Amino acid sequence: MGKADSVFEVIGPIMIGPSSSHTAAAVRIGQISLAVMGEPVVEAIIQLHGSYALTGKGHGTDKAIIAGLLGYDAADERIKKSLAIAKEQGMKVKFQNVDLGEDYHPNTLRLLIAGTSGTHFEITAVSVGGGNISIIEINGLPIYLSGEYHTLITIHNDRPGIVAKASSLIAQSKVNISTMHVSRQRRGGLAAMAVEMDQPLPPSVISELEDQAQIVRIIPPIY
Amino acid sequence: MYYDSMKQLIRLAGRQKKCIGDIVLAVEAEQEDESPSTIRGQMVISWEVMKLALERGITEDIRSVSGLSGGDAKLLFSREPKFLSSEVSNAVARALGVAEVNASMGRIVACPTAGSCGIVPAALLLAKEKLELDEAAIIKALFTAAGIGIVCSLNASISGAEGGCQAECGVAAAMAAGALTELAGGSPTMVGHAVALTLSNMLGLVCDPVAGLVEVPCVLRNGGALMQALLGADLALTGIKSRIPVDEVIGAMREVGEALPESLRETSLGGLANTPTGVRLRRKLA
Repeated sequence: MGKADSVFEVIGPIMIGPSSSHTAAAVRIGQISLAVMGEPVVEAIIQLHGSYALTGKGHGTDKAIIAGLLGYDAADERIKKSLAIAKEQGMKVKFQNVDLGEDYHPNTLRLLIAGTSGTHFEITAVSVGGGNISIIEINGLPIYLSGEYHTLITIHNDRPGIVAKASSLIAQSKVNISTMHVSRQRRGGLAAMAVEMDQPLPPSVISELEDQAQIVRIIPPIY
Repeated sequence: MYYDSMKQLIRLAGRQKKCIGDIVLAVEAEQEDESPSTIRGQMVISWEVMKLALERGITEDIRSVSGLSGGDAKLLFSREPKFLSSEVSNAVARALGVAEVNASMGRIVACPTAGSCGIVPAALLLAKEKLELDEAAIIKALFTAAGIGIVCSLNASISGAEGGCQAECGVAAAMAAGALTELAGGSPTMVGHAVALTLSNMLGLVCDPVAGLVEVPCVLRNGGALMQALLGADLALTGIKSRIPVDEVIGAMREVGEALPESLRETSLGGLANTPTGVRLRRKLA
């Protein structure tokens, strides 16, 4: 857990209990996954690894993650009833305890989700303590984002140009980059980029990048 | 303005003839580049959430998902205690109640963590009633508490996985003790002693949650830590001094936390979690 240097890191967050790492963080992982999906989620398979598999149920991790996928935040009292609400809304939900292997942090979740238009995503996320999270993979591509910043995400074919184009669009918008992560399956294969920024990007950036990438998302900070 | 130790916080308050709570608010406003009233407004929202949880904990029939916790706060609140004063017993009930609300997936304010969320709210409500204080005084006291929590986080830890329960309920007790001392008219130096004396009594407390859940013994420890906070505040207000300076006590908390084996740092492999009954409950709930 990081060092708190703000009053509201010590008195806060306002959240639904019982656990910042197993409940509040799981809600955030759901919220960010929904933002990555970019449309309502109609089907979700949630894979719980390590401590999530062991104590997830008692901590309400199952309810928390579905609440996030429904768009609720970590302080929303509907979290407790989220499984029933998901059922009412026709979201198909399945939980699986899995062993992703020793390379994965004990608090890891993998979400296999489908949206209304049939788009699929596989998102792997870790709860790193104190309610903080990292998204570490999207569709099997290593990535890093914390959800605490304005974030630009692209999934594109690995070829020269897109990183430069994205950075120049960001610079033109007078936006400051906080972190940047780029990875690829193999040379010329599928690649992913996540850029965390201190200020929001104008939505026009999406259309500017869309011809070079399969997926472009701008997601706001999610606390 | 800047602080990363209790000594600096106490010195800033002394020099400006202000409460520690005022200094903490001013530094936060400066650091976040917001007006003090905006920051204070955010704290008012937190206090409103705390008050709702305090009320729910002693009036509703609360049960956690696992069934391991719930109902104790309401029971304690409804009975006349044998040894504690009614006021203190009720405050303990409220601390347990907020922790039970947390365990039952209710809304709380982590303070400093979700597992230790009952201590500061219960202490402040007791002070409000006993000293007949207004809401503004309580909001200021929350900043006092927050400053103490920040110093503990910077120099030790506020995570059970890193420092054991002393880092969660122990720090919460220290935050509460300092806030109570300031509310009762104690000087910034007395606030320092209240923090030191309280934390000294909480040193070494391990994090051993049964079945990995924030319930047993977490709910109970909110009550115990509250009592330590009341004791620490009363000692400091009497003029009793910690023989070890407050920042050194916080340093000791870090050292003790680092020395704790992993089995006693939230892994549920030791302590109460590893008793025959603890192990049986874990198997049953898995």
